[in-house]
Amino acid sequence: MVTRAIPTRDAVLAILDGVMDPEVPVLSVRELGIIRDVSVSPDGAVVVTVTPTYSGCPAIAVIESDIRSALVGAGVADVSIVTTYAPAWTTDWMSTDAKAKLKSYGIAPPGRADTGGGLVQLMRARAVAQCPYCDSCETELRSEFGSTACKSVCWCRACRQPFEEFKAI
Amino acid sequence: MTSPSVVPAPREAPNALFEYLLRLGDDRLVLGQRLSEWCGHGPILEEDIAISNVALDLLGQATMLLRLAGQVEGKGRDEDALAYFREVVDFRNCQLVELPKGDFAFTIVRQFLFDVHAVVMLDALSRSTNADLAAIAAKSLKEAKYHVRHSGEWMLKLGDGTDESHRRVQKALDDVWRFTPELFAADDIDRVMLEQGIAPDLAALGAQWLGLVRDVIDRATLTVPNDVLRSPGARGGRSGAHTEFLGHMLAEMQIVARSHPGATW
Repeated sequence: MVTRAIPTRDAVLAILDGVMDPEVPVLSVRELGIIRDVSVSPDGAVVVTVTPTYSGCPAIAVIESDIRSALVGAGVADVSIVTTYAPAWTTDWMSTDAKAKLKSYGIAPPGRADTGGGLVQLMRARAVAQCPYCDSCETELRSEFGSTACKSVCWCRACRQPFEEFKAI
Repeated sequence: MTSPSVVPAPREAPNALFEYLLRLGDDRLVLGQRLSEWCGHGPILEEDIAISNVALDLLGQATMLLRLAGQVEGKGRDEDALAYFREVVDFRNCQLVELPKGDFAFTIVRQFLFDVHAVVMLDALSRSTNADLAAIAAKSLKEAKYHVRHSGEWMLKLGDGTDESHRRVQKALDDVWRFTPELFAADDIDRVMLEQGIAPDLAALGAQWLGLVRDVIDRATLTVPNDVLRSPGARGGRSGAHTEFLGHMLAEMQIVARSHPGATW
């Protein structure tokens, strides 16, 4: 009979540190803030609780399969992934470190999530995004929608380049 | 010869929560599919991307709601079974969302009226006594808030834009207005949901909706359509009576899944 070593919770977390977001590959799934819980039962069964970023994010299935294969590849035999929706994911869970990585990757990091205000807020004032290339704040929002659900498109008047901003949500 | 007596099967009590979740899920599935028709056809690249992004969010919200509906029903149907293997009479969306996409003005007006409905509804549902539904609503509300910012700001730009854009948006508003009462018409399912604290009072929600919608219509220099257009208004989507347009849309949406049932990537 083959006995497998029971992984510690810390070991599982360390493995998850190596699982990157497929669309923003400088951030791990933990840095993104989508890993909500990890538990290891006495018989070695690992349960990873994940929350989606956006409801329709097509990367969800890829992320779950990447988590599973990383853990199985590291010798964890029994892996289950549970989805939770509450509390809803927010970019405020992203660490300062993670935000710096986004900037060096060329994506302006998110500001603070806008939680107050009315249900219908048009033409709202928003924090200016800093250009990730030249650090100028002479920028404007071109569209709240970008190449992925999590990004908007901005324009830098100083270096005359478009850039993406990770939406604060 | 006497005909054998037929004992009718006991009629199953309709599962009100299942029906209610289908309404919420189908509104988003059908509107998401309609919006996706703009993908590759948007008037400018930014709008092509924006509308496709909104479509994707709505599809994601529909996935969560229909998955929960399938669990509540307890007959082993998942979100894909509900989306791809139901007939048109089994869909529970309001008629507003199934209308063809029309021109850009029509798409924006319909979206704006739905988006305002979505924010007031999801805000109320985030306090539902059903914890699963409350969680889905709180998550979806974050997305609905930027959806309504998108459609609402376009209302301002187009309404207060050129003569042509103003004319087209006003026409779309007049054309679609009679489909809006259905959003707030309560039936037995809604009353059961209200009694159980699962869903809000639709009459109060309707008043809140009208206030928010009027404010933007005024700012956009447009005119709120005459209330005659709302009376009696379109009805029936919630019980499976749809316009001629839904069947055609579903045929396109469902054909791949039905041609290859059980296929996986």
